[in-house]
Amino acid sequence: MNDFAYTAVDSLAGAVEAYSRSPGSMYLAGGTTMVDLLREGVFAPEAVVDISALPWREVRVDGEFTRIGAMVSNSEVAWNPAIKKMFPVVAEAILAGASGQIRNMASTGGNLLQRTRCPYYRDLTAPCNRRAPGSGCAALAGINRSHAILGGSEACIATHPSDFAVALTAVDARVRVAGSAGERDIPITDFYRQPGRTPEQETVLQPGELIAAVLLPHASAHGRSLYLKVRDRKSYEFALASAAVAAELNDGRWHRVRIALGGVGTVPWRSRAAEQLLEGERPRGELFAAAANAELAAARPRRHNAFKVPLAKRTLVAALERLADMS
Amino acid sequence: MTRRTVLKRGLLLGGAFLVGAQKSGADAAGPLPRAACHRVDLSFSLNGQPAHAEIEARTTLLDLLREGLDHPGTKKGCDHGQCGACTVHVGGRRVLSCLTLAATVQGKEVATIEGLARNGRLHPLQTAFIEHDAFQCGFCTPGQLMSAAGLMKEPCGMSPNDVREGMSGNICRCGAYCGIVAAITQVRTAAV
Repeated sequence: MNDFAYTAVDSLAGAVEAYSRSPGSMYLAGGTTMVDLLREGVFAPEAVVDISALPWREVRVDGEFTRIGAMVSNSEVAWNPAIKKMFPVVAEAILAGASGQIRNMASTGGNLLQRTRCPYYRDLTAPCNRRAPGSGCAALAGINRSHAILGGSEACIATHPSDFAVALTAVDARVRVAGSAGERDIPITDFYRQPGRTPEQETVLQPGELIAAVLLPHASAHGRSLYLKVRDRKSYEFALASAAVAAELNDGRWHRVRIALGGVGTVPWRSRAAEQLLEGERPRGELFAAAANAELAAARPRRHNAFKVPLAKRTLVAALERLADMS
Repeated sequence: MTRRTVLKRGLLLGGAFLVGAQKSGADAAGPLPRAACHRVDLSFSLNGQPAHAEIEARTTLLDLLREGLDHPGTKKGCDHGQCGACTVHVGGRRVLSCLTLAATVQGKEVATIEGLARNGRLHPLQTAFIEHDAFQCGFCTPGQLMSAAGLMKEPCGMSPNDVREGMSGNICRCGAYCGIVAAITQVRTAAV
């Protein structure tokens, strides 16, 4: 691990000030992604600003939103009674990811900002536009079994690894961002950037800005929701394909259908084409297949990941069938 | 005479040769001189006792425990957060010490395998691991035990499958999982 200056702060003002002291600063929260990338040399900051003591530690149910502070651990979110009741898809997605130890460490904000598990991103001997802009993408012609079939570009096809972010995408969460210019709320679908020609710009966060909280709108809390994840082993593994689905049942028809896919996109993949086919309809099998086909029509498989196209379709259909059985 | 004292004697002998070898290559590029690294004065509670160390900021909790504080019970398996051998408790919660910068435990309570037995009496999980043959080589066992002790305080169903899911962050290369799950299930059932 390279040498760096370490500062622990306990306020937003202190964090922004400490960050601004060096052009090579990085924030540290739970550390589960970052310490590993520091050790690998993928990150080599001059200064690390430890924000884990910032007072953003509670889950609060307010009028319009349930607000999750950015320093609430992934475990605490998944165990929270209000979240389990109103947003089961969020609790299920968290428990389907990582291990007990990592969920205890990882923060809400850090989960959203975790880096891709594309092996070339972590391999300093391989070209990677996300790690070293302009160096190329080793995955395009390399081993790309785990890579994205939606939202990729000729610069990058790395998948976004978070299960939590997929569930948040399906409940229309907002990301509250704080910095020297104050606070702003960003819909999570606008928070992540597809790689395009600049895969190194993963989010719309500005330098020095922090995630302060995630807001779950209570308008999304009606009806049922669930998370279904398919992976190479049953636990402690990233998704090959996953689906977060939510809908309200009214007079035998689905309303406010919201779908997001994980494991297949360069960002958490909000699936509006599928949603449109299901909105206002009676849930039934042939419609589920049509919705899955519509969403995956834009899929661009590579040499080793063509299996993800039928896998993502079947995962979505299975999730919708389970949702129909619940409601 | 323990395994560790044998190892240490061997290391001392080897070290004497290394010191001699380094002197002849004094101009070669080596590690940064001590003063060039950013350092942190660290105080925390280790198994209930005050611990102090002046560390490089980049030191992980795992390396500090093993190399700096003579607590080698916590094991370094993958050093990437994938195997669970380095599991300790920080603030009462099970975490991975290989993914924890030591500087971040300032003022906190850290518990390791060395503190699991109390007053010479094994923790019920340790007894159950012995009864159920829950290990072969034993390398993953400190992490398995600290993870299981943490799981005891977390919401988790009572079935063996719930234990398997709750313990999925701890890999056993010998494949002693049947004994591990049986031991933990027994202790959790007795604790209800």
